[in-house]
Amino acid sequence: MKQLYTFVRKEFLHVLRDKKTLLILFGLPVVQILIFGFALTNEVKHASVFIRDEAHDDASRALMERIDASQVFDVVQSGPANLDLIIPSGFAHDLSHGGRATVQIITDASDPNRATTLSTYLTAIIADHQLALSELQGIPYLIRTTTRFTYNPQLKGAPNFVPGVMALVLMLVCVMMTSISIVREKELGTMEILLVSPFRPLMVIVAKVIPYLLLSVVNIISILLLSVFVLGLPINGSIPLLFSMSILFIITSLALGVLVSTIAATQQVAMLVSMMGMLLPTLLFSGFMFPIENMPLPLQLISNAIPAKWYYNIVKAVMIKGLGMDAIMKEAIILFGMALLLTAISVKRFKVRLA
Amino acid sequence: MRTLFFLLQKEFRQIFRDRIILAMILILPTMQLILLPLAANYEVRHIGVSIVDHDRSVASQQLLRKITATDYFNLVRYTNSYPDAFTLIESNQTDVILEIPEGFERGLVRENEQTLFISTNAINGVKANIGAAYLNRIIMDFNADLRTELLSDAKGHVQPLIDVRTIDKFNPHLLYHVFMVPGILALLLTMISVYLSALNIVKEKELGTIEQINVTPITRLQFISGKLIPFWLLGFVTLTIGLLVARFVYGIVPEGNIALIYLFSGVYLTAVLGLGLLISTVAETQQQAMFVAFFFMMIFIMMGGLFTSIESMPQWAQWLTYLNPVRYIIEVMRLVILKGAGFSEIRFHFLVITGMAIILNSWAVLKYRKMA
Repeated sequence: MKQLYTFVRKEFLHVLRDKKTLLILFGLPVVQILIFGFALTNEVKHASVFIRDEAHDDASRALMERIDASQVFDVVQSGPANLDLIIPSGFAHDLSHGGRATVQIITDASDPNRATTLSTYLTAIIADHQLALSELQGIPYLIRTTTRFTYNPQLKGAPNFVPGVMALVLMLVCVMMTSISIVREKELGTMEILLVSPFRPLMVIVAKVIPYLLLSVVNIISILLLSVFVLGLPINGSIPLLFSMSILFIITSLALGVLVSTIAATQQVAMLVSMMGMLLPTLLFSGFMFPIENMPLPLQLISNAIPAKWYYNIVKAVMIKGLGMDAIMKEAIILFGMALLLTAISVKRFKVRLA
Repeated sequence: MRTLFFLLQKEFRQIFRDRIILAMILILPTMQLILLPLAANYEVRHIGVSIVDHDRSVASQQLLRKITATDYFNLVRYTNSYPDAFTLIESNQTDVILEIPEGFERGLVRENEQTLFISTNAINGVKANIGAAYLNRIIMDFNADLRTELLSDAKGHVQPLIDVRTIDKFNPHLLYHVFMVPGILALLLTMISVYLSALNIVKEKELGTIEQINVTPITRLQFISGKLIPFWLLGFVTLTIGLLVARFVYGIVPEGNIALIYLFSGVYLTAVLGLGLLISTVAETQQQAMFVAFFFMMIFIMMGGLFTSIESMPQWAQWLTYLNPVRYIIEVMRLVILKGAGFSEIRFHFLVITGMAIILNSWAVLKYRKMA
């Protein structure tokens, strides 16, 4: 026990000595939360729309006013705009006599995401306008809808990305830091010294990962504090449950880091493997940036192998939806299985002798 | 010149000796370029809808058919209990619930007005909003059909209908990979260049071999050039592989001049490699270099306009992106590959990146001291 304490102390000194890395490790979650919270929003506000009004009648003016009054769009007098709307001549006539008028939206689809979002919003405003018109004329059989946006009534970005950033940061700290610090000892030759010591090899790994475990917990705390006090996103579920699930995910990631270190011979390789092999898939397949149900089936199957996906679902369920253990049973069991499997493989692969 | 040649020979040997690094440079970008665009699809489709039907009438059945007939919605459950449907939202199996009240059909005729209740899982706000908009559109169409049916003989009621036709320019079929591939190619180019160059000099520091170079008459400029040129050439290899993948896997043929892409990438690579080398001369250990590089890359990528468009950012954030080199390469790639832009359209990007390349590289040369 005393041996373990000494080893953990040595690792802590290694970590704490490197002030620049430490600063980035603690600054990273803060910067991510702030960028996601304040700079990166998928919310559309004040998009410019250029309206070519060929009708110049009351009906077309009423439509323009409604569009301009919306939060989403600003009508501009000249291009270039994000969207063009063409109101053909005879708009009012078609509307009142034929009952059916046509308008045309032109989008810049070189960014299809934005194009679809904007045209959907504009179409919804036009539909609203149509509803208001028929109400005004007192046409019977009106069907209204009221929409409730569960969990996120103001449609903020935070409930979606805070769990994502948590998964990303934990993955990064655990996999990259662990793998690189183990490989570093190999590269510098100090691993030999550790392995010839009377300390058991398994304990060498345990001592290596403990500082990163604590670092990650500190990071979770800072992310949660920021999201509660800066972004105003409350934690609806049980905090102990959230932490115990996070620790389970951290252990999974640490095991992954050890696994990477057994494959890589140099720090450079360890970095590239954890960067390209872990980080990008985490970003893509956790479901926080791109909806998984849109992916082709093979990729959907691959996404099941990504621990971050399960952790992301757990955090959403516990933190945002305020659900308890019974709701996340499946995810928790899968994550637990992954942690066991990865730990077993990495311990087995961890070589006592160096080549 | 001869000194530089020997330095280059040394660097190339070191790169080619490490098979894994080489594989990473060649295979990873290819794989990622094939996989990522397939995954990176924001399109809102296959929305899981559960319908709580308290009415069970002809009208509610018609509405159900109308909703499931589109490929925007998949019916997850048809039930008459709202709590039952809500557990599906909790377990992520359904995204939207539509509740049809009891007496919907009867009330519509008697009271002339009925309200349907939509409830969405709004953790992803954009998706929820678009999903609700689609559903509203379908309900409105249904309403119009119903009125046509019921009012066909009544006179004096012309219901106003506005049809919306959408034309999607530059990418008429809204193919996501057309949008993603040039951007992802730009990202891969940046990531590989920055990481490899950021780790390079610091590795020599850590292993002590830099001492041996420091005692030679090699100048600072020669040393930095010797580090820069091999990665610069490797960057072109990555770019070429990427363009070939885009051409033969995705059928994306650049609309503009390929030479323009190479020209701009040449300057761009110099700039980002300069950034990497600068990090490398400042850092003390590889671990540190990597985390500093990662920190910058993360901000560059997130603020680069690939995953979220720059136009939706607040104004101050938009100004900040002018300092971000990734922004320029993504824009140029899209402009030249998708819109067929010529040199005059990317002149601004070109000037800025040239400035960045000069500043970053001079900085790296100045920061490198021939001392341990």
